Amino acid sequence: MTEPLATLDAALDRDREIMTINIGPHHPATHGVLRLVVDLEGEMVREVRPVIGYVHTGIEKSCEDKSYWKVIPFVERMDYVSFFFQMEAYCGAVERLVDLEIPPRARYLRTLFLELNRIHSHLVWLGTTALDLGAISMLWYCFRERDKILDLFEMATGQRMHTRYFQVGGVIEDIPLGFEAKCRAFAEEMPIRVGQYEALLDRNEVFLQRTKGTGIVSRERLLELGVTGPLLRAAGDPWDLRKAFDYLAYPEMDFKIPVGTVGDNYDRYRVRVAEMVESARIVSQCLDALPEGPFIADDRKYVLPPRSELSTSMESLIHHFKLVTEGYRVGPGEVYYSIEGPRGELGCFVLADGSAKPARVHFRDPSFVNLQSFRDMAVGGYVADMIASLGMLDPILGGVDR
Amino acid sequence: MPDAPGLELIRGEIERDCPDAVLATSFDRAQAALIVDPARVLDVLRWLKERPGQRYDFLSSLHAADYLPAEPRFAVHYELINRDRVERIRVKAMLADPGSEELPEIDSCVELFPTADAQEREVFDFFGIVFRGHPNLTRILMPDDYVGWPQRRDFPVGGEPVTFTYSEQRYD
Amino acid sequence: MLRGDLEGEDLERYVEERVVTTTFEKVQNWARANSIFPLTFGLACCAIEAPISIVTARYDLARFGAEALRASPRQADLIILSGRVSIKMAPVVRRLYDQMLEPKWVMAMGACSSSAGMFANYAVVQGADKFMPVDMYVPGCPPRPEAVLYGFTKLQRKIMDNPDQGWRQRYDAYGTEEWARGGPRSEPSPEAAEAYREARELTLA
Repeated sequence: MTEPLATLDAALDRDREIMTINIGPHHPATHGVLRLVVDLEGEMVREVRPVIGYVHTGIEKSCEDKSYWKVIPFVERMDYVSFFFQMEAYCGAVERLVDLEIPPRARYLRTLFLELNRIHSHLVWLGTTALDLGAISMLWYCFRERDKILDLFEMATGQRMHTRYFQVGGVIEDIPLGFEAKCRAFAEEMPIRVGQYEALLDRNEVFLQRTKGTGIVSRERLLELGVTGPLLRAAGDPWDLRKAFDYLAYPEMDFKIPVGTVGDNYDRYRVRVAEMVESARIVSQCLDALPEGPFIADDRKYVLPPRSELSTSMESLIHHFKLVTEGYRVGPGEVYYSIEGPRGELGCFVLADGSAKPARVHFRDPSFVNLQSFRDMAVGGYVADMIASLGMLDPILGGVDR
Repeated sequence: MPDAPGLELIRGEIERDCPDAVLATSFDRAQAALIVDPARVLDVLRWLKERPGQRYDFLSSLHAADYLPAEPRFAVHYELINRDRVERIRVKAMLADPGSEELPEIDSCVELFPTADAQEREVFDFFGIVFRGHPNLTRILMPDDYVGWPQRRDFPVGGEPVTFTYSEQRYD
Repeated sequence: MLRGDLEGEDLERYVEERVVTTTFEKVQNWARANSIFPLTFGLACCAIEAPISIVTARYDLARFGAEALRASPRQADLIILSGRVSIKMAPVVRRLYDQMLEPKWVMAMGACSSSAGMFANYAVVQGADKFMPVDMYVPGCPPRPEAVLYGFTKLQRKIMDNPDQGWRQRYDAYGTEEWARGGPRSEPSPEAAEAYREARELTLA
């Protein structure tokens, strides 16, 4: 793409004119408050400097001030479309710190909600990215399905977003009657809907022209930059933490990892859309294989006892009181636990110093690291391609800024 | 990850090539960690990345923690992954607080792992740890003119007290 | 009907039955309330619920006349602060508000922009009303889209100056306000009492 311009320049022998514009924290094509300072030469991007921090909330510092279970609502508001993943990263880290084993039913329920959240995140991505590229109707269709997922979340947990459903030891309550039927109906309907989305976009000439061949970054460069998730898989590397490290119920699930070839924006789109279908399959399998049993661990030192016991058992009352007022103490140690989020490797580092509050909670957020590859994607292309790359990069600024 | 004997083997091999770089090992809750001398951290990282038998070539996360009141106070953690054997290893470099207005320093690993660019800036922004050799060590998440290192343990959480009805002062 | 068909009182009555008379302000306020152009402004989690989710088909904002979301603050009427306002973003938001042309309204959506929500720390402005005037607060974390729509319709009524038909009148809520000096139902200062009386007349009129 730089070729015609180079020859034209040589023919006209013109000085380069660089215009620096600010695609500020507020603009229509954004996935959050990301500020881009772009050096343009005509329509070609010569340099892009992302400026972040406009939604920095100090969540990691706030977490040091709260007992371990109170950290869970803070932590899920980082990357605000994949809230279950943050809960899982944190609860998994604390469970490793205290050596707590979660029961099988909780493992399957967690996997189920994680995959529903992955579909939710990809639907939000598809709707907003298609909106950025001009395919405005996709927003309405994707958010129709997203509302169905949020209905499922609300049925199980009472809240649409930010449900605080995962607790250290399992999940906070069991799924209600009727949830399984509704969820199964959704999981069966999802591949059909994805087929409809593909029918809308896959042969759309404008969409193909804007995404094919744009924003290509090589696989080695992505690995150097620490990029994981669908971006790396679109470049041809089948690295997925669900298959690499065994956690929750993923070893028992049968699913494929979609991998791209070229690594351009079109591959990223195809990889995420295929992941939605795979996630729907995992949801069905989880429902089929959901074992009976307790939904949270038994250890009363870390898990609240059921309310029915509080009126009969003195120990339960004391445990409940201790857990709610001070919280449990976690012995000194540190743990780094990471899972595969919708955008890549989501890691949680928890440092415990023996008191009831964590001494340090740090999240390795995938969007923060993936954003470093944006410069490689955008430089050398047109401004319109930069917008397409930004959409396909799928940054969520809540996670970037924490 | 390498188990406890494997970790000791790695330490032994590093000792032969970079003597006195590794100060201790720690195998806690199934996670292997090498505690290294901060002046030699680049040697250890390069050894782990390029050694044919080790090849921990993916830096998954670079973060720091403040262990106040324990000394040395700061630790920079490097989480490395070997993707072929699917193993993790952690490298910890403990830094002491020089005191008064000086900032602790450590070498930057941006040439080895370009992913460390933004992550080192974040550590600088929150802890005030200077990475020597970093191309652009400026604040990344806080405003550019912010004073203070927010994530240090002695920095207050901030905010304002919640005013309840009868807790207000009488101004008459 | 031709000139001369009706005379005097019959003519008056004929005109009264067919023509609506009102004040110019009322028509203007009605038009403004029913054609609000919100600004496409989303900060954090609340942004997924509004402005993205309330314009989708289930919680259609277009039926209230606010379908045209404008990207430029010069063309927008309503800025919905959806999300936490960090200290780096606060000057930007204030500048956006200054760039909007009168009449303009602000809806603080969610707990974080109303009062910093759960984030009582160094990085979040403790409530957007610390640096800009807010007309409507919608609590929730995040508030349901229906709650945002309720806040929106309440804002519309506020613009149209209609009295609030809700719970305050039904439950006789006047006279139970708490004053900071001295506790509930203590005597307010004369200026405060005057202001309260005026405000009450406005809402009850």
